[in-house]
Amino acid sequence: MALELHPLEQFKTAKLIPIHIGGIDASFTNASLFMCLAVVVASALVILGARRRDLVPGRWQSIAEVSYEFIAKMIDDNVGHEGRQYFPFLFTLFMFVLFGNLLGLTPYGYVFTGQIIVTFALAVVVFIGVTLIGIIRHGFRFLSFFVPHGVPFVLLIILVPIEVLSYFIRPFTLSIRLFANMMAGHTMLAIFGGFVAVLGIAGILPLSVDVLLIFLELLVAVLQAYVFTILSCLYLRDAIHLH
Amino acid sequence: MDLASAKMIGAGLACIALVGAGIGIGNVFAALINALARNPAAQVTPFAFLGFALAEATGLFGLAIAFLILFVF
Repeated sequence: MALELHPLEQFKTAKLIPIHIGGIDASFTNASLFMCLAVVVASALVILGARRRDLVPGRWQSIAEVSYEFIAKMIDDNVGHEGRQYFPFLFTLFMFVLFGNLLGLTPYGYVFTGQIIVTFALAVVVFIGVTLIGIIRHGFRFLSFFVPHGVPFVLLIILVPIEVLSYFIRPFTLSIRLFANMMAGHTMLAIFGGFVAVLGIAGILPLSVDVLLIFLELLVAVLQAYVFTILSCLYLRDAIHLH
Repeated sequence: MDLASAKMIGAGLACIALVGAGIGIGNVFAALINALARNPAAQVTPFAFLGFALAEATGLFGLAIAFLILFVF
Protein backbone atom coordinates (compact mmCIF):
# COMPACT_ATOMS: atom_id res chain seq x y z
CA MET A 1 0.00 0.00 0.00
CA ALA A 2 1.15 3.51 -0.80
CA LEU A 3 -0.41 4.93 2.35
CA GLU A 4 2.09 5.85 5.04
CA LEU A 5 -0.15 4.94 7.96
CA HIS A 6 -2.04 1.68 7.88
CA PRO A 7 -5.76 2.55 8.05
CA LEU A 8 -6.52 -0.32 10.40
CA GLU A 9 -3.68 0.65 12.75
CA GLN A 10 -6.17 2.62 14.87
CA PHE A 11 -8.03 -0.53 15.91
CA LYS A 12 -4.95 -2.20 17.39
CA THR A 13 -5.19 -2.76 21.14
CA ALA A 14 -2.12 -1.68 23.09
CA LYS A 15 -1.43 -3.14 26.54
CA LEU A 16 -1.14 -0.27 29.01
CA ILE A 17 -0.88 -2.35 32.20
CA PRO A 18 -0.07 -6.03 31.57
CA ILE A 19 -2.02 -8.31 33.92
CA HIS A 20 -1.86 -12.10 33.71
CA ILE A 21 -4.17 -14.16 35.91
CA GLY A 22 -3.43 -17.85 35.53
CA GLY A 23 -3.08 -18.46 31.81
CA ILE A 24 -5.52 -15.67 30.96
CA ASP A 25 -4.31 -12.39 29.53
CA ALA A 26 -6.43 -9.80 31.37
CA SER A 27 -4.25 -6.80 30.56
CA PHE A 28 -5.58 -3.27 30.89
CA THR A 29 -5.57 -2.10 27.26
CA ASN A 30 -6.46 1.18 25.58
CA ALA A 31 -9.87 -0.38 24.84
CA SER A 32 -10.38 -0.90 28.59
CA LEU A 33 -9.21 2.67 29.21
CA PHE A 34 -11.80 4.09 26.82
CA MET A 35 -14.53 1.85 28.25
CA CYS A 36 -13.74 3.24 31.70
CA LEU A 37 -13.72 6.76 30.22
CA ALA A 38 -17.13 6.20 28.62
CA VAL A 39 -18.53 5.00 31.95
CA VAL A 40 -16.99 7.96 33.82
CA VAL A 41 -18.18 10.58 31.30
CA ALA A 42 -21.70 9.14 31.04
CA SER A 43 -22.03 8.82 34.83
CA ALA A 44 -20.64 12.32 35.41
CA LEU A 45 -23.05 13.79 32.87
CA VAL A 46 -26.11 12.22 34.48
CA ILE A 47 -25.07 12.44 38.15
CA LEU A 48 -23.82 16.03 38.00
CA GLY A 49 -26.77 16.98 35.80
CA ALA A 50 -29.27 15.62 38.29
CA ARG A 51 -27.52 17.07 41.37
CA ARG A 52 -29.11 20.51 41.26
CA ARG A 53 -32.80 19.93 40.73
CA ASP A 54 -33.95 23.32 39.47
CA LEU A 55 -37.49 23.82 38.25
CA VAL A 56 -36.07 25.55 35.18
CA PRO A 57 -33.20 23.26 34.11
CA GLY A 58 -29.80 24.62 33.23
CA ARG A 59 -27.66 23.25 30.42
CA TRP A 60 -26.30 20.23 32.30
CA GLN A 61 -29.63 19.36 33.84
CA SER A 62 -31.28 19.62 30.40
CA ILE A 63 -28.85 17.11 28.90
CA ALA A 64 -29.52 14.63 31.70
CA GLU A 65 -33.28 15.16 31.47
CA VAL A 66 -33.41 14.96 27.67
CA SER A 67 -31.45 11.70 27.57
CA TYR A 68 -33.63 10.26 30.35
CA GLU A 69 -36.87 11.23 28.63
CA PHE A 70 -35.58 10.02 25.25
CA ILE A 71 -35.07 6.47 26.50
CA ALA A 72 -38.17 6.52 28.71
CA LYS A 73 -40.32 7.51 25.71
CA MET A 74 -38.62 4.90 23.51
CA ILE A 75 -39.48 2.17 26.03
CA ASP A 76 -43.05 3.41 26.48
CA ASP A 77 -43.65 3.53 22.73
CA ASN A 78 -42.02 0.23 21.84
CA VAL A 79 -42.35 -2.07 24.83
CA GLY A 80 -45.28 -0.61 26.73
CA HIS A 81 -45.72 -0.09 30.45
CA GLU A 82 -44.23 -3.46 31.43
CA GLY A 83 -40.93 -2.35 29.92
CA ARG A 84 -40.40 0.36 32.53
CA GLN A 85 -38.65 -2.01 34.96
CA TYR A 86 -35.91 -2.61 32.34
CA PHE A 87 -35.26 1.13 31.96
CA PRO A 88 -31.97 1.14 33.96
CA PHE A 89 -30.40 -1.51 31.75
CA LEU A 90 -31.50 0.04 28.46
CA PHE A 91 -30.45 3.53 29.58
CA THR A 92 -27.02 2.24 30.62
CA LEU A 93 -26.67 0.37 27.33
CA PHE A 94 -27.56 3.49 25.33
CA MET A 95 -25.19 5.79 27.23
CA PHE A 96 -22.32 3.26 27.10
CA VAL A 97 -22.59 2.71 23.34
CA LEU A 98 -23.20 6.42 22.67
CA PHE A 99 -20.15 7.60 24.60
CA GLY A 100 -18.09 4.74 23.21
CA ASN A 101 -18.91 5.98 19.70
CA LEU A 102 -18.44 9.66 20.52
CA LEU A 103 -15.16 9.24 22.43
CA GLY A 104 -13.87 7.29 19.45
CA LEU A 105 -14.26 10.41 17.33
CA THR A 106 -12.07 12.57 19.58
CA PRO A 107 -8.45 13.10 18.43
CA TYR A 108 -6.23 10.21 19.56
CA GLY A 109 -9.41 8.48 20.68
CA TYR A 110 -9.91 4.74 20.49
CA VAL A 111 -13.24 3.37 19.32
CA PHE A 112 -13.91 0.24 21.37
CA THR A 113 -17.29 -0.26 19.66
CA GLY A 114 -15.24 -0.91 16.51
CA GLN A 115 -14.10 -4.19 18.09
CA ILE A 116 -16.36 -7.09 17.14
CA ILE A 117 -15.82 -8.81 20.49
CA VAL A 118 -17.10 -5.78 22.45
CA THR A 119 -20.29 -5.37 20.42
CA PHE A 120 -20.81 -9.13 20.32
CA ALA A 121 -20.56 -9.36 24.11
CA LEU A 122 -23.11 -6.54 24.47
CA ALA A 123 -25.45 -8.18 21.95
CA VAL A 124 -25.14 -11.60 23.62
CA VAL A 125 -25.98 -10.06 27.01
CA VAL A 126 -29.12 -8.50 25.46
CA PHE A 127 -30.03 -11.76 23.69
CA ILE A 128 -29.63 -14.03 26.72
CA GLY A 129 -31.37 -11.54 29.00
CA VAL A 130 -34.33 -11.13 26.65
CA THR A 131 -34.66 -14.90 26.14
CA LEU A 132 -34.60 -15.49 29.91
CA ILE A 133 -37.26 -12.80 30.43
CA GLY A 134 -39.45 -14.50 27.82
CA ILE A 135 -39.00 -17.95 29.38
CA ILE A 136 -39.61 -16.68 32.93
CA ARG A 137 -42.73 -14.74 31.90
CA HIS A 138 -44.32 -17.34 29.65
CA GLY A 139 -42.68 -20.62 30.58
CA PHE A 140 -43.29 -23.32 28.00
CA ARG A 141 -45.61 -21.04 26.01
CA PHE A 142 -42.54 -19.04 24.94
CA LEU A 143 -42.01 -21.66 22.21
CA SER A 144 -45.23 -20.44 20.53
CA PHE A 145 -43.14 -17.38 19.57
CA PHE A 146 -41.63 -19.50 16.79
CA VAL A 147 -45.02 -20.54 15.38
CA PRO A 148 -46.73 -17.80 13.30
CA HIS A 149 -50.49 -17.50 13.76
CA GLY A 150 -53.01 -18.52 11.09
CA VAL A 151 -50.61 -20.33 8.80
CA PRO A 152 -51.45 -23.70 7.14
CA PHE A 153 -49.68 -26.68 8.68
CA VAL A 154 -47.68 -27.45 5.52
CA LEU A 155 -46.14 -23.99 5.52
CA LEU A 156 -45.20 -24.30 9.20
CA ILE A 157 -42.65 -26.97 8.28
CA ILE A 158 -40.76 -24.29 6.36
CA LEU A 159 -41.63 -21.26 8.50
CA VAL A 160 -40.72 -22.58 11.94
CA PRO A 161 -37.06 -23.31 11.08
CA ILE A 162 -36.84 -19.85 9.48
CA GLU A 163 -38.29 -18.21 12.60
CA VAL A 164 -35.90 -20.16 14.84
CA LEU A 165 -32.95 -19.23 12.64
CA SER A 166 -33.92 -15.57 12.50
CA TYR A 167 -34.23 -15.57 16.29
CA PHE A 168 -30.80 -17.06 16.90
CA ILE A 169 -29.13 -14.84 14.29
CA ARG A 170 -30.18 -11.71 16.22
CA PRO A 171 -27.06 -11.29 18.39
CA PHE A 172 -24.89 -11.56 15.27
CA THR A 173 -26.78 -8.96 13.22
CA LEU A 174 -27.06 -6.66 16.24
CA SER A 175 -23.33 -6.77 16.93
CA ILE A 176 -22.12 -6.73 13.31
CA ARG A 177 -24.31 -3.70 12.53
CA LEU A 178 -22.65 -1.56 15.20
CA PHE A 179 -19.16 -2.97 14.59
CA ALA A 180 -19.30 -2.54 10.80
CA ASN A 181 -20.58 1.02 11.06
CA MET A 182 -17.85 2.16 13.42
CA MET A 183 -15.11 0.15 11.69
CA ALA A 184 -16.01 1.31 8.16
CA GLY A 185 -16.44 4.93 9.22
CA HIS A 186 -13.13 5.17 11.05
CA THR A 187 -11.27 3.31 8.30
CA MET A 188 -12.71 5.70 5.72
CA LEU A 189 -11.55 8.70 7.80
CA ALA A 190 -8.08 7.19 8.05
CA ILE A 191 -7.89 6.43 4.30
CA PHE A 192 -8.83 9.97 3.31
CA GLY A 193 -6.52 11.27 6.05
CA GLY A 194 -3.70 9.24 4.49
CA PHE A 195 -4.14 11.08 1.17
CA VAL A 196 -3.82 14.56 2.71
CA ALA A 197 -0.07 14.64 3.26
CA VAL A 198 0.74 12.68 0.07
CA LEU A 199 -1.08 15.03 -2.31
CA GLY A 200 0.54 18.26 -1.11
CA ILE A 201 -1.52 21.35 -1.97
CA ALA A 202 -4.24 19.21 -3.57
CA GLY A 203 -4.56 17.55 -0.16
CA ILE A 204 -7.17 20.19 0.64
CA LEU A 205 -9.65 18.00 -1.25
CA PRO A 206 -9.38 14.84 0.89
CA LEU A 207 -9.16 17.11 3.96
CA SER A 208 -12.53 18.67 3.15
CA VAL A 209 -13.96 15.20 2.51
CA ASP A 210 -12.70 14.24 5.98
CA VAL A 211 -14.37 17.29 7.54
CA LEU A 212 -17.70 16.33 5.95
CA LEU A 213 -17.18 12.68 6.93
CA ILE A 214 -16.72 13.72 10.57
CA PHE A 215 -20.23 15.20 10.50
CA LEU A 216 -21.59 11.98 8.98
CA GLU A 217 -19.72 9.98 11.62
CA LEU A 218 -21.22 12.12 14.42
CA LEU A 219 -24.67 11.37 13.00
CA VAL A 220 -23.84 7.67 12.66
CA ALA A 221 -22.41 7.51 16.20
CA VAL A 222 -25.64 8.82 17.73
CA LEU A 223 -27.84 6.90 15.29
CA GLN A 224 -26.17 3.55 15.88
CA ALA A 225 -26.44 3.92 19.66
CA TYR A 226 -30.14 4.69 19.09
CA VAL A 227 -30.56 1.72 16.74
CA PHE A 228 -28.80 -0.65 19.13
CA THR A 229 -31.09 0.42 21.97
CA ILE A 230 -34.33 0.46 19.96
CA LEU A 231 -33.63 -3.02 18.56
CA SER A 232 -33.03 -4.24 22.12
CA CYS A 233 -36.41 -2.65 22.98
CA LEU A 234 -38.10 -4.47 20.09
CA TYR A 235 -36.57 -7.81 21.12
CA LEU A 236 -37.77 -7.14 24.66
CA ARG A 237 -41.28 -6.45 23.35
CA ASP A 238 -41.25 -9.75 21.48
CA ALA A 239 -40.28 -11.55 24.68
CA ILE A 240 -42.93 -9.81 26.79
CA HIS A 241 -45.87 -9.83 24.36
CA LEU A 242 -45.00 -12.85 22.13
CA HIS A 243 -45.84 -11.14 18.77
CA MET B 1 -3.26 -13.16 -11.94
CA ASP B 2 -1.18 -12.40 -8.87
CA LEU B 3 -2.59 -12.09 -5.36
CA ALA B 4 -2.35 -8.29 -5.09
CA SER B 5 -4.48 -7.63 -8.17
CA ALA B 6 -6.96 -10.33 -7.14
CA LYS B 7 -7.34 -8.52 -3.80
CA MET B 8 -7.98 -5.21 -5.56
CA ILE B 9 -10.64 -6.77 -7.82
CA GLY B 10 -12.22 -8.56 -4.87
CA ALA B 11 -12.44 -5.37 -2.84
CA GLY B 12 -14.01 -3.58 -5.79
CA LEU B 13 -16.57 -6.36 -6.18
CA ALA B 14 -17.39 -6.22 -2.46
CA CYS B 15 -18.24 -2.54 -2.85
CA ILE B 16 -21.13 -3.47 -5.17
CA ALA B 17 -23.04 -4.10 -1.93
CA LEU B 18 -23.25 -0.32 -1.56
CA VAL B 19 -25.65 -0.17 -4.55
CA GLY B 20 -28.30 -1.75 -2.36
CA ALA B 21 -27.62 0.65 0.48
CA GLY B 22 -27.91 3.59 -1.90
CA ILE B 23 -31.26 2.38 -3.25
CA GLY B 24 -32.47 1.67 0.28
CA ILE B 25 -31.52 5.05 1.71
CA GLY B 26 -33.01 6.79 -1.32
CA ASN B 27 -36.25 4.88 -0.82
CA VAL B 28 -36.38 5.72 2.88
CA PHE B 29 -36.01 9.46 2.36
CA ALA B 30 -38.26 9.52 -0.70
CA ALA B 31 -40.97 7.92 1.40
CA LEU B 32 -40.29 10.38 4.22
CA ILE B 33 -40.65 13.39 1.89
CA ASN B 34 -43.82 11.85 0.43
CA ALA B 35 -45.30 11.33 3.87
CA LEU B 36 -44.39 14.81 5.10
CA ALA B 37 -45.70 16.44 1.92
CA ARG B 38 -49.05 14.70 2.27
CA ASN B 39 -49.35 15.20 6.01
CA PRO B 40 -46.88 17.68 7.51
CA ALA B 41 -48.03 16.73 11.01
CA ALA B 42 -46.99 13.07 10.56
CA GLN B 43 -44.58 11.92 13.29
CA VAL B 44 -42.52 9.62 11.09
CA THR B 45 -39.05 11.21 11.12
CA PRO B 46 -37.65 8.94 13.90
CA PHE B 47 -38.76 5.87 11.95
CA ALA B 48 -37.13 7.27 8.81
CA PHE B 49 -33.82 7.62 10.62
CA LEU B 50 -34.17 4.12 12.01
CA GLY B 51 -34.74 2.88 8.46
CA PHE B 52 -31.79 4.93 7.23
CA ALA B 53 -29.49 3.38 9.83
CA LEU B 54 -30.67 -0.15 9.07
CA ALA B 55 -30.32 0.32 5.30
CA GLU B 56 -26.92 1.94 5.64
CA ALA B 57 -25.67 -0.89 7.85
CA THR B 58 -26.34 -3.53 5.18
CA GLY B 59 -24.18 -1.65 2.69
CA LEU B 60 -21.47 -1.16 5.29
CA PHE B 61 -21.24 -4.93 5.75
CA GLY B 62 -19.98 -5.03 2.16
CA LEU B 63 -17.68 -2.05 2.69
CA ALA B 64 -16.24 -3.68 5.82
CA ILE B 65 -15.53 -6.83 3.80
CA ALA B 66 -13.77 -4.70 1.18
CA PHE B 67 -11.57 -3.09 3.85
CA LEU B 68 -10.81 -6.48 5.37
CA ILE B 69 -9.77 -7.85 1.97
CA LEU B 70 -7.59 -4.82 1.25
CA PHE B 71 -5.87 -4.32 4.59
CA VAL B 72 -6.03 -7.50 6.66
CA PHE B 73 -5.38 -10.49 4.38
